[in-house]
Amino acid sequence: MHILVCIKGIIDPDIPIALFDVDEEAKTPAPLFGVRTLMSPFDKQAIEGALRIRDALGEVKITVLCIGPDSNRTIVKEGLALGADEAYLLTDPLFEIADSFTTARTLAAAITRIGDVDLVLTGRQAADWDSGVVGSGIAELLDVPAITLAASIEIDDHTVRVRRALVDGAETVEAPLPALVTVAHEMGTARKASLRETMRAARKPVTVWSASDIGLSADEIGDHGRRAVTERLYIPPCDVKCEFITGETPAVAASALIARLQEEKLL
Amino acid sequence: MSTSGILVIIETKAGVATPHGYEILGLARRLGDEQGHEVTAIVLGTGLGGAGKDLPSRGADRVVRIDHPALGDYQADAWLPDIAEAARKMAPVLILACHSTVGLDLAPRLAFRLESAAATACIEVVAKDGKLLFTRNCFGGKAREVSSFRTATAVATILPKSQESLPPDPERFGEIVDRDSVLEASAIRTRIVERVRNGNTSAALETANVIVAGGGGMKGPDGFRKARELASALDGAVGASRLACDLGWCAPELQIGTSGRTVAPELYFAIGISGAVHHMAGCANSKAIVAINSDADAPIYSLSRFGIVGDCHDLMPALTAAVEAAKT
Repeated sequence: MHILVCIKGIIDPDIPIALFDVDEEAKTPAPLFGVRTLMSPFDKQAIEGALRIRDALGEVKITVLCIGPDSNRTIVKEGLALGADEAYLLTDPLFEIADSFTTARTLAAAITRIGDVDLVLTGRQAADWDSGVVGSGIAELLDVPAITLAASIEIDDHTVRVRRALVDGAETVEAPLPALVTVAHEMGTARKASLRETMRAARKPVTVWSASDIGLSADEIGDHGRRAVTERLYIPPCDVKCEFITGETPAVAASALIARLQEEKLL
Repeated sequence: MSTSGILVIIETKAGVATPHGYEILGLARRLGDEQGHEVTAIVLGTGLGGAGKDLPSRGADRVVRIDHPALGDYQADAWLPDIAEAARKMAPVLILACHSTVGLDLAPRLAFRLESAAATACIEVVAKDGKLLFTRNCFGGKAREVSSFRTATAVATILPKSQESLPPDPERFGEIVDRDSVLEASAIRTRIVERVRNGNTSAALETANVIVAGGGGMKGPDGFRKARELASALDGAVGASRLACDLGWCAPELQIGTSGRTVAPELYFAIGISGAVHHMAGCANSKAIVAINSDADAPIYSLSRFGIVGDCHDLMPALTAAVEAAKT
């Protein structure tokens, strides 16, 4: 059983709003000195999903795959420290201008090149651009079934079985392998890397591939390949002013608040 | 082939379009009127009956209905062939879907199948200088992106309550087309093993009108009991901060924030929540936030429309009583 997990290094999603800025010219977040690149939280939960399958089955090879600059070695190393067996880092200037289509195309090409993958896992969305398109997109490009927003994943005799939350309940969906599953936060808390695995991770292989290594040319990816273009990136204005409601007792304050909400047609 | 028209994917529940569906139809109608596009709604299901027949009165020029035994319970593999076929026949400039558990599963696959891309969770779509521009929040609500497509057909999912639906107009008529499904059984690779309907779940947070969310100030599961009572009086859903989930005071799937759900209700009660970036990323798009906190300097107040400073354990039951009193 071979599980491949796609992971992404993102700007720390929890940095204070006051520190975050965008470069409106480049249409990217402004580079921030001293802010760490972290693994996107849903991707960490995707690795957790893979580890739980390994806990249940025993013999499972886990590979992590990441597109990013050379500095993203820290991200793939974290994947290895969490328990992945091997890692691929896709690094090329051509990957720097991307949309969700070229990203999915790049990951799909790498997965095909790696070969013999039974299950691909991704986070439900990357916690930077928050699109949630790449996971399903990879499935479409690889022509494999996809199940999104998994809360738990089991594998049994070449079938993947996924539990996922619905608006008014839950469902269990299964698909034959190979398949792709995107993981939601309902997967629960991801384990932390143990010291032993972190030490072992230093000796695990990291393969670095460029676009040409996975058979992609400048026509297919980068600026030429993308189907969507960011026209503008900006900080939305925040013009909220808080109206404080007071009252002698909680009951008085509560009634005053509900009355105000009704006046404003919010209730 | 030149493109024209707008295709709107409508989800139905018990034979009626969802409110969210009417909202995206309203958006399609406004864009259609501005740009001279016909609006086609597509409805899929099993035993459709009259489902979708009211859509002309809500903005559709044409309703394509596809009734097939395999289309009742949504699965991407089942719905995609018919929607992709309708899109190929029509060659629309734009395909709209709800940003719902269905739409966010379906739209990226549909977009790639049509050799396009998808803009998800959009809050605004406008036509400007011959281009469609899609506005959406990103970076946990800290930034906003406006994007456009280079492809002939754009695909977008629209956040609930970001658009106004049109009131039913009995004088508006449209064509109802019942079409045979092109679905082949072999196309469905996934199988629903079990589906349980057991009331609201964490996924309902994304469509709730009112959310009562609790954080560290809840002090324990008892705080969440009071929050559930308030939510039930408001006909809303309960959410939580990461801290409250990590401490085990409520179900972990109720988490709202960077590593949980992203929500945008009309009214968001942030109770005993300080307003950390992690949490606000999940709720900053709410129409109005009401903050209740014992700390008058908590950052949450700078993002809130209304605030009460005080002990939430006293205020929650008082609010529940005030809501009940206001109903009578």
